[in-house]
Amino acid sequence: MSFETASAPFPRNYSLEGPLNERAKQIGLANADWYKSDIPRPRMKELMQRSDGPATRDTLIWIGALILTGGLGAWFWGTWWCVPFFIVYGVLYGSGGDSRWHECGHGTAFRTQWKNDAVYQIACFMTVRNPTIWRWSHSRHHTDTIIVGRDPEIILMRPPELAKAVLNIFGILMVPQAWWAMLRYASGRLTDGEKDFIPEPERPRVFFVARVWTAIYLAVLAACVYLGSILPAMLIGLPSMYGAWHMLMTGLTQHIGLAEDVLDHRLNCRTMYINPFSRFVYWNMNYHIEHHMFPMVPYHRLPELHQEILPDCPPPYHGFWACYKEIIPTLWRQRKDPEHFVRRQLPATARPTPPLPIAVKG
Amino acid sequence: MSEWVEACAVGDIAEEDVMRFDHAGRTFAVYHSPDGKYYATDGLCTHEKVHLADGLVMDNIIECPKHNGRFDYRTGAAKGAPACVNLKVYPVKIEAGMVYIDIAA
Repeated sequence: MSFETASAPFPRNYSLEGPLNERAKQIGLANADWYKSDIPRPRMKELMQRSDGPATRDTLIWIGALILTGGLGAWFWGTWWCVPFFIVYGVLYGSGGDSRWHECGHGTAFRTQWKNDAVYQIACFMTVRNPTIWRWSHSRHHTDTIIVGRDPEIILMRPPELAKAVLNIFGILMVPQAWWAMLRYASGRLTDGEKDFIPEPERPRVFFVARVWTAIYLAVLAACVYLGSILPAMLIGLPSMYGAWHMLMTGLTQHIGLAEDVLDHRLNCRTMYINPFSRFVYWNMNYHIEHHMFPMVPYHRLPELHQEILPDCPPPYHGFWACYKEIIPTLWRQRKDPEHFVRRQLPATARPTPPLPIAVKG
Repeated sequence: MSEWVEACAVGDIAEEDVMRFDHAGRTFAVYHSPDGKYYATDGLCTHEKVHLADGLVMDNIIECPKHNGRFDYRTGAAKGAPACVNLKVYPVKIEAGMVYIDIAA
């Protein structure tokens, strides 16, 4: 009889179609019970309460800023004055769209469901994420966060392909791949991995939205040809790329370099303190341990939740640099030593992490 | 044939809230609606076996704490992805200040 640890062996096959998917199920890592900090039910209920106010205010500011910066960018098109406006417009579109997609996908931003749905559809278009595919993919990400073979949203696998991460600062690989996937969906095709997490009855929605989006992009392309200018694409389409850098800067801090195959979000997520502009663009997802542990708490209540569970969590990072001075050397080392990762230390006030499942072989 | 079991006292669940009730290896969710009525459903979300009693009750909807799966707890109807399969509901009665559910229904 031999024992096998929960952690998947190297080289790791991260594919949802690979053998580690089945292994995760067998070993008890798939759809498992995750660690949760203790919060009394009345307080939890209070934190989960929905309201339309904060998200309506933030959405009006967001859309207003998009119109203003996009409008001024177009107005000054052909001069250097357009550059600062398109920089801000791009971040609001390509990166702000990412957080709006995310939070409205959870259905927590607004109390009124149709408002969540409406912003979700718009933000999905901006980030070229098929609304149905990504709703199901993100559900799986929350069920099996950074579980190898199960989580479809592991951005950098070990050993990491650093060139890809660098190119994706401006979405150079990510966005064309997303457009290619859109065309694939428009032609009615899914990969086996996608079929693993999208139920059959949901699939027609995937294809329908992809066809509508394809028509929109064709219209933008036609407008560019007609006007002899890329300005229409600077407003619709290209911001997904040139505005992606803020999304990448925030998104890479979420899980990169931390443990895989654990059942405690304190060990595989980062919470960091960042500036107010980035928090607005990112809709408070810098409180990432909190978000994963209690995904139904709206983004505007995460700072309060953070205070509730702070004594039970590893210390938060102070700023982007604090994260990246850990992430960059970790990724560099993982190129040669993929078993290396950052082991988060829980404070003395924290409850210990529960033991991982151990499989018995033979 | 009915099998009524005592789940809790009427005062145990705040209005517009839910409570977990385990019995004979099964788990249920008991609801107190904003209009003062009580309801009961299976305790686990039909999407991925998460305890609904940790979720949020809004009007007549229970929302799963993990993935935003939503159900009308009066009828068990799934109200949107990722909840696609309806929830089983159980009859409830109140007697002498106690909430009973018919787990054989």
